[in-house]
Amino acid sequence: MQVENKTFKPTIVAFCCNWCSYAGADLAGSARLSYPAEVKIIRIPCSCRLNPMFILKAFQRGADGVILCGCHPGDCHYTTGNYYARRRMTTLFSMLNYLGIEKERTRVEWVSAAEGAKFSAVMNDFVATITALGENKKLEDLRCKK
Amino acid sequence: MKKIGVFVCWCGSNIAATVDVKAVVEACKKEPNVVFAEDYQYICSEIGQNKMADAIRDYKLDGVVICSCSPRMHEATFRKTAEKAGLNPYMIEVANIREQCSWIHKDIEEGTEKAIVLARTAIAKVLLNAPLQAGESKVTKRALVIGGGIAGIQSALDIADAGFEVDIVEKKPSIGGKMSQLDKTFPTLDCSACILTPKMVDVSAHEKINIFAYSEVEAVSGFVGNFTAKIRQKARYVDTAKCTGCRACMEKCPSKKSLNEFNAGLDTRPAIYIPFAQAVPNKATIDPNACIKLKTGKCGICSKVCTAGAIDYEQKDQIIEREYGAIVVATGYNIINLDKFNELGYSDCKDVITSLEFERLTNAAGPTKGHLICPSDGREPKKIVFVQCVGSRGLRPCDKQYCSKICCMYTAKHAMLLREKHPETEVYVFYIDVRTPGKNYDEFYRRAVEQYGVHYIKGQVGKVIEKDGHLEVQASDLLADEQLHIDADLVVLAAAIEADDTARKIGTMLTASMDTNDFFTEAHAKLKPVESPTAGIFLSGMCQGPKDIPDTVAQAGAAAVKVIGLLSKDTLKCNACVASPNENMCNGCSLCATVCPYGAITYVDKEFRIPGGVQVRRVSQVNEAICQGCGACTVACMSGAMDLKGFTNKEIMAEVESICK
Ligand code: FES
Repeated sequence: MQVENKTFKPTIVAFCCNWCSYAGADLAGSARLSYPAEVKIIRIPCSCRLNPMFILKAFQRGADGVILCGCHPGDCHYTTGNYYARRRMTTLFSMLNYLGIEKERTRVEWVSAAEGAKFSAVMNDFVATITALGENKKLEDLRCKK
Repeated sequence: MKKIGVFVCWCGSNIAATVDVKAVVEACKKEPNVVFAEDYQYICSEIGQNKMADAIRDYKLDGVVICSCSPRMHEATFRKTAEKAGLNPYMIEVANIREQCSWIHKDIEEGTEKAIVLARTAIAKVLLNAPLQAGESKVTKRALVIGGGIAGIQSALDIADAGFEVDIVEKKPSIGGKMSQLDKTFPTLDCSACILTPKMVDVSAHEKINIFAYSEVEAVSGFVGNFTAKIRQKARYVDTAKCTGCRACMEKCPSKKSLNEFNAGLDTRPAIYIPFAQAVPNKATIDPNACIKLKTGKCGICSKVCTAGAIDYEQKDQIIEREYGAIVVATGYNIINLDKFNELGYSDCKDVITSLEFERLTNAAGPTKGHLICPSDGREPKKIVFVQCVGSRGLRPCDKQYCSKICCMYTAKHAMLLREKHPETEVYVFYIDVRTPGKNYDEFYRRAVEQYGVHYIKGQVGKVIEKDGHLEVQASDLLADEQLHIDADLVVLAAAIEADDTARKIGTMLTASMDTNDFFTEAHAKLKPVESPTAGIFLSGMCQGPKDIPDTVAQAGAAAVKVIGLLSKDTLKCNACVASPNENMCNGCSLCATVCPYGAITYVDKEFRIPGGVQVRRVSQVNEAICQGCGACTVACMSGAMDLKGFTNKEIMAEVESICK
């Protein structure tokens, strides 16, 4: 279907909790473990700060994939934040699925501050998946485009 | 109109090599509200900081965006400068164009494009930022040290000497840790007990130090400066206030078959015991799994022989709750379980032992009074083979990938001491590499080879099998490229070390991050080596990674200094990015309070003016000194009344929009 994929560069928003995953991204950086430039990171204090609305907003504004990275279960800096995040995302993802959004477009990954390599691997994989999926048109609000 | 200034850092060539900084500056100038944009080689330098301060004053900036390294590096620096220049420190945003951009993208066009998006996103956020004021919280002037080995002892002594109260919680009946089990220490060969026990005595005599031995930390709540810990003091079945440490009970106890942990299981001890001669506290403990009285109700001999009347079979665990300003983790290490290393015969052959067992077998206070014998039949070994890196630096699932760091040196020590005492013994050491960095370390190792004639062979031991009463060691000599068969009397394995099995539990309790090997992560590998990323938690000794005694003591002292620095403050600046409810929107449902991990949210009845009178409504209230700013409540709130300062809904939405533009 998506023949034009060769030039398609997806827009990817990555929400990273400050304590583990953002630090993991920093580690990936200092170890020069590259991942595609399409990934743009937004720092949030904890994965539980991620309001499902932010994900919907991203899709509305034309994001092709959204990923949430937090501390491993049990390791959240605020003890329980990632458990809330996990439950909220499960609910949101099933709603997105109901709406016909491919479930690969959203993802939750646990990346610790020591896992620079994992961060890079996850991002490479995610971008590859989204690139293969092609553009997200279902939720994009075309009125937002100039 | 808000006036925004932008700085783009070159970071020498770290950024400038793969990001066209001039292009980023030009792009930023085109963004609305940006009145000033400039690049500079090093913004974190003094000159760079002065430039920033000047721009804030000259252009009367309302917000500043710095495109540079990760905010985890220099956000604090930039905030301080802003504050000095009269700008609220929270009106600073850092666009991470180094770790997240220049370092991972090689193509300059791609890098520049991404840097511009990141800069634009930070500008979008800073435009919505509001000045924030951090509150203050009190500091409890007492420290908790978890673990009473040399690391915990050193940290506790240093903190207490500075005049602060310290509690040491040790899970074993006595403090002292692994070091108390060692015979001699490298590279000086002084006796371990002789240098450790005076410190243990200092601890017990110190008026500022409280030892909770045979105790475990069960729960920790709170935050930097204000932790509360629940400590379970396990029942010893002995009243420590009465016990004089006379050991009469140990002699008379009829149940003497328990493995003696202190001697690495090489001999047995009675059910009531004091682990070793210099134990601190020097008090008896009854092992409930071995005590006949506790198991069957019959016996009670110890209570009859105890002239002090200290035995109390009815004693129960006690839970103690104490408050602390800072916590030092010193949980130490263990050697790995060797069950999976069948080829080396540890489980099957009695004469294959670990280095720690060797240490006990050569210790004058050990099970053999220091006479080295083969555990199988008590003969004196004539040929001994040491195997290095057992479980270290390997890739199999049972291996640890890291180097255990201390094995090369202690093996050199063992070999040297052996040859010194029994010059007729032949000693072989099989190694992958000999690693001896450290003051006087390499000299030490060379002495073992050159002066004491220890045979070092580069190669790995493939198999150890028992053959007519002795051990056949099959190994390869990599340098000579030949297979070796050595008939040995004793094989000593340098087993890998691993984090103590309580570490993970404690890490979770403290919300302190750990790596995949269960070693605690430091806040910065180079610049903050003794701090955990979680404020108020400090790391001492092996819990952070393999270390020898000198390094452990140095690190323990460093951790103590950090604790002292913290405890010497009366108040701490709180996190300014806290939750704040909009009272007009709050419907008092208390969902936010149920998800708050800190109990920072309470409810009050408040009067609100409405047309034609007043209305009383229940609304949520956040205690800013307690809130840690995770944001869980902001998402739980159904009416959207709860927001997080510094990471508001609007700010994050603006970032999303900017990225998706
Ligand atoms: S802080 Fe990382 S998930 Fe909560």
